[in-house]
Amino acid sequence: MLGTVLFFLLIGANALKNLEQQGITSGFAFLSQKAGFSIIQTLISYSESSTYGRTFLVGLLNTMLVSVLGIICATVLGFLIGIARLSSNWLIAKLAAIYIEIFRNLPLLLQVFFWYFAVLRSLPLPRNSLHFGDWFFLNIRGIYIPRPLPGQGLTALIIVFGVSIAAIYALKIWARKHQEKTGKEPPTLLISLAILIIPSTITWFSSGEPLQWELPALKGLNFKGGLTVIPELAALLFALTIYTASLIAEIVRSGILSVSHCQTEAARALGLPHRKILRLVVIPQAMRVMIPQMTSQYLNLVKNSSLATAIGYPDLVSVFAGTSLNQTGQAIEIIAMTMAVYLTINLTISWLMNRYNERILLQEQ
Amino acid sequence: MKKYSIGSITTLLLMLFAIPIIAGTLDEVQKRGSLACGVSTGLPGFSATDEKGNWKGLDVDGCRAIAAAVLGDASKVKYVALNAKERFTALQSGEIDVLVRGTTWTKHRDTALGLNFAGVNYYDGQGFMVLKKLGVTSAKELDGAIFCIHAGTTTELNLADYFSKNGMEYDAIVFDTHDQAVRGFEVGRCDCLTSDQSQLYALRTQLSKPYSAVILNEVISKEPLGPVVRQGDDAWFNVVRWSFFAMLNAEELRVTSANVDAMRRTSVNPAVRRLLGLDGDKGQSLGLPDDWSYQIIKQIGNYSEVFERNVGKGSALRIKRGLNALWKDGGIQFAPPMR
Repeated sequence: MLGTVLFFLLIGANALKNLEQQGITSGFAFLSQKAGFSIIQTLISYSESSTYGRTFLVGLLNTMLVSVLGIICATVLGFLIGIARLSSNWLIAKLAAIYIEIFRNLPLLLQVFFWYFAVLRSLPLPRNSLHFGDWFFLNIRGIYIPRPLPGQGLTALIIVFGVSIAAIYALKIWARKHQEKTGKEPPTLLISLAILIIPSTITWFSSGEPLQWELPALKGLNFKGGLTVIPELAALLFALTIYTASLIAEIVRSGILSVSHCQTEAARALGLPHRKILRLVVIPQAMRVMIPQMTSQYLNLVKNSSLATAIGYPDLVSVFAGTSLNQTGQAIEIIAMTMAVYLTINLTISWLMNRYNERILLQEQ
Repeated sequence: MKKYSIGSITTLLLMLFAIPIIAGTLDEVQKRGSLACGVSTGLPGFSATDEKGNWKGLDVDGCRAIAAAVLGDASKVKYVALNAKERFTALQSGEIDVLVRGTTWTKHRDTALGLNFAGVNYYDGQGFMVLKKLGVTSAKELDGAIFCIHAGTTTELNLADYFSKNGMEYDAIVFDTHDQAVRGFEVGRCDCLTSDQSQLYALRTQLSKPYSAVILNEVISKEPLGPVVRQGDDAWFNVVRWSFFAMLNAEELRVTSANVDAMRRTSVNPAVRRLLGLDGDKGQSLGLPDDWSYQIIKQIGNYSEVFERNVGKGSALRIKRGLNALWKDGGIQFAPPMR
């Protein structure tokens, strides 16, 4: 331990000395300097006059966006494919197997390029956009949809919606208690849907216009207004999702196969339908096998998102460890910050997944 | 006892680690017998490989000139292909001896990055390339346009300056290499490709239909491009700078790779005799062999030959000399006298 600390102190001191000898400026003062370049996708306000510190935040949020969306999509798709591969339907099982073998074995960078350039090449120019009415446009520059702008009565709508969600949650708890007490499962799905939709709809129409929409429109060379999903994000998300889902599918399969067949037979003997056997008996037990491996896949997905730089998606590596590094020349500081970010994100994911793992561990007596 | 040993190990390690990474680059290159030269990953006319895998171009000839001067053999170059983001780190860390890669000389790079610019081998300026069918004739019509850019260059900053100065808006998609930026432009992801004009001419040759694109007349920045070395190694700095000046002086004195042998035998012009290492202090003050400049001219040629062969009349780019003509021919290329 002491040795490691000493080692890092030493290389740190050496680096500083060399930097000084070569006349290279060091330190974090550059973070408050004006960056002076634009970024095509920013989740927070950003302009050419923003600082390098702000550039860092923009890149960080773009990385988080594609990682979080990727993890959600890959998990859902991976579960579906994994279960499909075990399906008793020959065709479905074989299709799932083909999907897994193709996408698991191709290099990810190749897939990123494929989706990006395949997506781009097949789309029309802005003037010939594919569209539905005047609110949805699809062209080579991206997908354009209306942007919601807060209007009158939005607060009321949010409150009503929040209360509805709480009510549904309470209903779920009551239903569970009822089932534990009486053994009968009260039907909750339709009631929940009604609670979710009806009060919010009434509020929507009675409170004026809680949301107004800014429509995208072709102005000059490109579309202005509305929300834009850039093709770089779409292609990267697509590639990350499809690739990671193929790996997750195999984890799901191994998890399900690890659950002893006796469990399924016992559940069937109790008269549970097939879907409930999967949801209540098999998957909870399979999860214990799956969680540690899923954690690794999530970590990989976050790290793989840095392939963004190859297709111009403005993630942390592209805008901060790329452009900012080159404009300022502060290689050591910027690489250290970038490494710290990936380390923090990944340690957080590990920590959350370990918590979850502890919770679902077999409670032995 | 334990304290003492840790203390002594620390001192020892500190001494080991604190050795400066590069001492004398000239000595090192001579000892190694080859020059490590950083070039671009592929830009026709400046540095790109031909079908046989040989590096060719204006910047490549800059590398070869240094190798000819230092090692007597222009072929003793190890080319390191670098993208814009990697180039300075490669030079700072000693991976390459010199960077000849269309690098713009700016105050920040010259002062804060521990680098020195040894000259300007190409005067350039940032321009715009658009598809003909877009019907744009001036950069002023590009309000709201989307640009494809090569990451980590001065281009990004110039573009932002130009658009804010003219009260216009734009979006930029930043690619890792020139190739990817051109591909993005060609499939229509962006309206416009922006880069140094010389690069635009080079990149245009890579389009599947080169003449479907036009390069606008506007030039929005000064881009003096030249070879770069690490700061603090004056002997090496001199070698790199005078390898280039030798080619400029040779053009001025009309010494070419074809006539250099004859000139060496018969010329009575004192300036030519000094250039070819027959009179004066020859190579001594640079720490080079006496025939260093003769080797450059014999093996590579003068600046005019290098220019026309790679980017001018003798190339696919057909760039006019323009600013890069000698000062006496209406350009701004000027080399201090060799004396």
